[in-house]
Amino acid sequence: MSALTLTLKAPLTQRVDCSPLTPDFLAGKSLSEIASIALHSGNRKLRVDALFDLTGDDSSNIIIQNSSAKLDFLGSKMQSGSLTVHGDAGSYLGFQMKKGEITVHGNAHAYAASGMAGGIMHVNGNVGDYLAAAIPGDRKGMKGGTVIITGNAGDRAGDQMRRGIVLIEGNAGAYCASRMLAGTIGVLGSVGDYAGFGMRRGTLLLFQTPKLHATLQDCGSHTLPYLKLMFKAFQALPSRFAAIDNTRVRRYAGDLACDGKGEILVFG
Amino acid sequence: MIINGVTIDDTFAEAFGMRGTRVLITAQNLTWAYNAANAMTGFATSVIACGVEAGIEREMTPDETPDGRPGVSVLLFAMGSAVLMKQLETRLGQCVLTCPTAAAFSGIEGGDRINLGKNLRFFGDGFQISKQFGGKRYWRVPVMDGEFLTEEKTGMVRAVGGGNFLVLAESQPQALAACEAAIVAMKKLPNVIMPFPGGVVRSGSKVGSKYKTLIASTNDAFCPTLKGITRTDLSPEIESVMEIVIDGLTDKDVREATRVGIKAACELGAANGIKRISAGNYGGKLGQFQFHLREIMSGEAA
Repeated sequence: MSALTLTLKAPLTQRVDCSPLTPDFLAGKSLSEIASIALHSGNRKLRVDALFDLTGDDSSNIIIQNSSAKLDFLGSKMQSGSLTVHGDAGSYLGFQMKKGEITVHGNAHAYAASGMAGGIMHVNGNVGDYLAAAIPGDRKGMKGGTVIITGNAGDRAGDQMRRGIVLIEGNAGAYCASRMLAGTIGVLGSVGDYAGFGMRRGTLLLFQTPKLHATLQDCGSHTLPYLKLMFKAFQALPSRFAAIDNTRVRRYAGDLACDGKGEILVFG
Repeated sequence: MIINGVTIDDTFAEAFGMRGTRVLITAQNLTWAYNAANAMTGFATSVIACGVEAGIEREMTPDETPDGRPGVSVLLFAMGSAVLMKQLETRLGQCVLTCPTAAAFSGIEGGDRINLGKNLRFFGDGFQISKQFGGKRYWRVPVMDGEFLTEEKTGMVRAVGGGNFLVLAESQPQALAACEAAIVAMKKLPNVIMPFPGGVVRSGSKVGSKYKTLIASTNDAFCPTLKGITRTDLSPEIESVMEIVIDGLTDKDVREATRVGIKAACELGAANGIKRISAGNYGGKLGQFQFHLREIMSGEAA
């Protein structure tokens, strides 16, 4: 069995909702059935084979070739298997994903990993704003799983995040970990202004001291034994975080304007 | 059956189904891991009055423990799951939470999941922090030395308690020497503990008493000073009897510990005053498990 490969035929002018293109939804379907699935694009419905050339038969392992930043909802509500995207991904990558693996060799747009509850997402590139955040109307962002971003993330990464691990190897924009409820976000590079704004709980791991606003308070330097467990768990991940083994941090707690039980740990 | 001049009685040890759990305790160094583990397994010789029978199973190197620090593994056994859970929580709270640098982790992956640090987190008064890695939940509880780190759950399994054998010798020092040798050998085995002081118990009991309020009393048939006035089980040359009680996670573990212990005791042999090996039972009526000494030692007899 070879991977089910969908190759985008031509550049897109309109955004396309790709939420049906998941291993679970395509399981047991023949190539002709898959070809006839309707994808929403604006006020039109387009057949899959109008947009993509299809080859392969293993729908548990889907590959999107020649991908475009206009392909939204890739891997949405995915519950098994793997999805590999060569090229950019649009908004809502892995939206409410529950299990499985998404790999993107390119950039992803806004709301990547929003509402994600499990599985692993690996973006070999940059992501837009609202990584792992809640969409408007939702009260919780990412609820579980692991996200690795090798590039940079936009503003509001981890907004209202509830659980899970987000590892950003590049920089993150403003309001990183804003309104965070729980979980762990790590940023190897820099973060923008107002990191941890409105943070209630959760952990933001940083390797450069950020500019902190007044309601985040210094709790001093500490050796935290739990970090050993955490980095041990990271060792299996395909990320630069896997090589870190440091338990010495400066702990800033806050946001005191919002309960103040969150923490920003800055490694020395 | 005679091994190295020591008679192995044609009898059996009677053991009971228990509930058992394992906890890994780590600390900055082995000394402090032992301080916590010794406190946690203190006053845990017999379920009759202690609630649990507990002991240190073995030392663990930093690469074996979840947090990469030196530690020890502790086994706890109780007659029921409710009392085991209660004892685990109180002992963890009073002995490990309190011990500088100590942390506690699950030592059994399968089994029924029971609370380890789940309720101790409330000591954090709202400042406690939960973290999940690899599908396991851990709690970070702020304490005066830094943070108390504990896993939320550990595993509880059906286990075996009350395996035993008796060493009958010509003198007290010789009985003790044989028991010490047996304990040294048995401590190398996984999945078992010998819960009594130093692993050895001298006050074996029989069921019942002349006093109505007592359900158990001294086993006069094995008391050497009563040889002449009671229905004794001892021949004239026996001057001292000591017992080793074994709790293990499976009957196979208890069987192996019995074999290794008796073998080590018999190595001292009749030349060192060790005359007989026997075992305690209740006629086979009370316990679910029977460990027949001759069957267990059949591979060892010359």
